[in-house]
Amino acid sequence: MNGSRRQVLKGTSGMAVMGLAVTAGLFKPGSAWAQAWNKAAFETKTMADTVKAMGGSGATESKDVVINSPDIAENGAVVPFTISSKLPKTEAIALLVEKNPNALAASFGIPAGTEAGVTTRVKMGQTSNVIAVVKADGKFYYTTKEVKVTLGGCGG
Amino acid sequence: MADPMKIRAAMSGDKVEVKVLMAHEMETGQRKDAKGASVPAHFIQTVTATHNGKVVLSAEWGPAVSKNPFLSFKFAGGKPGEKVSVTWVDNKGDKRTDEATIS
Repeated sequence: MNGSRRQVLKGTSGMAVMGLAVTAGLFKPGSAWAQAWNKAAFETKTMADTVKAMGGSGATESKDVVINSPDIAENGAVVPFTISSKLPKTEAIALLVEKNPNALAASFGIPAGTEAGVTTRVKMGQTSNVIAVVKADGKFYYTTKEVKVTLGGCGG
Repeated sequence: MADPMKIRAAMSGDKVEVKVLMAHEMETGQRKDAKGASVPAHFIQTVTATHNGKVVLSAEWGPAVSKNPFLSFKFAGGKPGEKVSVTWVDNKGDKRTDEATIS
């Protein structure tokens, strides 16, 4: 009898943990959930939708999020970006290109001990605003920058 | 099978700077071939970097990341001689893991 009660307890606490993991969604670095690709987030077209798909309700503009990139990209197929955040407890960094077919290009989970700054290269179809979204201490912040593209990256 | 990644891990002050260059076509699914048929999307979806079994960076990518993706980041707590390992998984389920020694 005691045994089955334990089972029930185990079951419910397990469910609660699962619920939490699902709520945290994209931003559960270090757990198996980090490996689940957030399809909904990658299908969004605007920043507001992306933030929603990542589990937030809105983002505030912040000067503590910095996008480092060329102002004019000669080749849209390879545009280097460095995004860094000075906000304490930065948990995640996402990079969005507003005029790409799908806005979200990449998102990164930053565990404790890792510097809140990543460098990568993305494709840009045309001149567009680039948005860096940072999740820090449960809140979302963003900054934007326009990058001019002289040769698009989505053609043959 | 995919080509190996090039990984460099070097001390930069008290942190370890990791640079990864992956060999992957990163096909977006938006392109058409000569006959006008869509080229199916083929891109890396998740990347995980670990050090001593602890995840130091996780990433989720869309098809907008450039061909042969480059990634660089820094983490604290590493020492020369220890290993950093990086794994990617693409949308066709292919995966590859490579590791590098911190210098």
